[in-house]
Amino acid sequence: MAEEKQTGRWGMVIDLDVCTGCNACVTACAMENNIPWVGEEDAGYGRGMHWIRVQRYWEGEYPEVSPHYQPVMCQQCGRAPCEPVCPVFATVHSEEQQINLQVYNRCIGTRYCANNCPYIARSFNWFDYSQQIPTPMNYYLNPNVTVRRRGVMEKCTFCVQRIYEGQERAKAEGRVVQDGEIVPACAQACPTDAIIFGDLSDPESRVSKAARNQRRYTLLEELGTEPKVTYLKGEGTYGG
Amino acid sequence: MAVEAKSLSTPLHGMDAEEAELREQLMFDPRPREELNRMVMESMVHTTPRYWAVVAFLAVVVLVCLFGAWGYMIATGIGLAGVRKPVYWGVFIVTFVFWIGISHAGTFVSAILRVFKAEFRRPFTRAAELMTTFGLAAGALYPLIHLGRVWVFYWMIPYPNARWLWPNFRSPLVWDFLAITTYLLSSTIYLYLPLIPDLAMARDRTQGWRHAIYKTLALGWRGTEAEWARLRKAITIFAFAIIPVMFSVHTIVSWDFAVSQTAVWNSTIFGPYFIVGAILSGVSAVVTILVILRATLKNMDYFIRMEHLDALGKLLLVFSMAWAYFFFNDYLVSWYGGYEAVRRVLFFHSSGPDSWIWWSMIIFNVLIPWLTLWNRRIRRTPWAMLIITLLINVGMYFERYTIVPMTLAHQRFPFDWGNYVPRIEIIISIGTLALFILLYMLASRLIPMVPVWEVREGQEAHMIRQIGKAKVPTVSELE
Repeated sequence: MAEEKQTGRWGMVIDLDVCTGCNACVTACAMENNIPWVGEEDAGYGRGMHWIRVQRYWEGEYPEVSPHYQPVMCQQCGRAPCEPVCPVFATVHSEEQQINLQVYNRCIGTRYCANNCPYIARSFNWFDYSQQIPTPMNYYLNPNVTVRRRGVMEKCTFCVQRIYEGQERAKAEGRVVQDGEIVPACAQACPTDAIIFGDLSDPESRVSKAARNQRRYTLLEELGTEPKVTYLKGEGTYGG
Repeated sequence: MAVEAKSLSTPLHGMDAEEAELREQLMFDPRPREELNRMVMESMVHTTPRYWAVVAFLAVVVLVCLFGAWGYMIATGIGLAGVRKPVYWGVFIVTFVFWIGISHAGTFVSAILRVFKAEFRRPFTRAAELMTTFGLAAGALYPLIHLGRVWVFYWMIPYPNARWLWPNFRSPLVWDFLAITTYLLSSTIYLYLPLIPDLAMARDRTQGWRHAIYKTLALGWRGTEAEWARLRKAITIFAFAIIPVMFSVHTIVSWDFAVSQTAVWNSTIFGPYFIVGAILSGVSAVVTILVILRATLKNMDYFIRMEHLDALGKLLLVFSMAWAYFFFNDYLVSWYGGYEAVRRVLFFHSSGPDSWIWWSMIIFNVLIPWLTLWNRRIRRTPWAMLIITLLINVGMYFERYTIVPMTLAHQRFPFDWGNYVPRIEIIISIGTLALFILLYMLASRLIPMVPVWEVREGQEAHMIRQIGKAKVPTVSELE
């Protein structure tokens, strides 16, 4: 299909120089993708299930400290380390969107993918968290996104439901997807517009231009995972 | 040769000191065939109230700690375990690797020593082979226990299904599954083959339900020359064939780690390093079991002697040195690589909050064997060997603990560093330990723990000859 061929490589650019570490992306992602609350105790134990997290690093000695923020989610690797290790093909590459997707129905919970993910981007359903939502609250769940059961792995999908929706709408209206038409929840919520999303195969798209910026780098480049997320940072490379 | 042959080497009158020393060895201290059979039969049917009390206790532990706790975890969620981001694999995988390591004992002691005709192996090949089977039985549970959705575990099996979905043959977990199944099947057959003549022996000396079981299992063995020739050929084929299988199993287990790109796991030497560690812990466990069998099973003090502990002690010393060599090799090259993430993980191993585990590993696996096992008297002291071999196995457990959760805890992003505290894993691990001991205790009363015919065969081949004034021990070629 001609239209689908045009929308090939979805990618993201995160400008760390304008990120304020406000965590709006984390909240928006949780609401959009039905990410369950794990409760105070489990969250304190390190079982929070966010698909995106804002890493915070400190620079300098007290009192001369400055914080650095770095939102990290699944980097949608072109050569993803999580994919070959799954025994049941639950983590697979989407041919159409060129992103990495998790098939919840197929996952048996070996958690090997999470061990092999250098970005620690994956979250595991340790308990049936989604079953613990009190009754009226279940109406907040997004009907476009699967509610995961316990024992399966999950992670950022680049809001694949929004990508599909945008593509379908454009197709119905007989046109191609416009740049900036498809926006994932994190990018939509970002108050400083630090997260830019779009089609990397279109050299004129906003995300392609930003990804060619001189300040660009990708996370853990030396591993050869070919991430689809590019970071922009004025000085130095590692750390936001 | 066949059990029917008559022993030529009977104790002579007026033994001198030199001969008396030789007679301390099982092979030079023969007893009549019927007496050996009687001794082994006695050890099988002899039970004390204490034995049944231990069996009952272990059965309760297995029910509560293994099936109870596991069932509760299946009903509630894998979250009952302590694993959390970023330590997705914990004590379950540690114990899995531990049991697979233990299971190398049987094949190593039995097959490799058989192929190399190490005569001291004869009385305890079966004890070691049983460890292989039961170690695998305990270990093979863990890939199931640690699954998030164990009720669909069979999706890892390559079977034709309506959706044409096959397992991912690129995944080391599928290799694991195939390797462990192969090893379990082949080691069970390898346990069974040399058991047939002994089962026939037991069949001829029992009545009632035992007779019925042995009659079925002995496959109508009569002890004809043709049967012996076939059995010998089958054992030889299996002994040679199972050695590469044994090497492949723990190599493949090591590839679970080595083929990932997790810092410190990604090491090319993990294959041989795991094999050597498995043999070290497996042979240690054989010594532990032999000491316990000798103290608790009737008539075992005739079959299992200080010479056997002595010989296994020397083997342990060699394998402790080999382990230290591979450990050093792995550590040095990883550290010398200078990759920041690797260096931080190694630093965390030896200086982090759980560094006592890493240091205990070095002490138990290297320091204690090297300081004790060179000494002949220590090697011949059962209680000392019991303590040393138990400590080696604790050290090997700590090695796996260092490799699995302690490496995952400090990966590339400092923001996500997190330590790990096991929870229900401990209870379930105790459950599988109890399962292993329970199976072993029950088996010790159901199948002949000593391969009588192998001992007989050895005793017939060994002789003390008088050449001039000297007493010369000789071994005749059997095949």
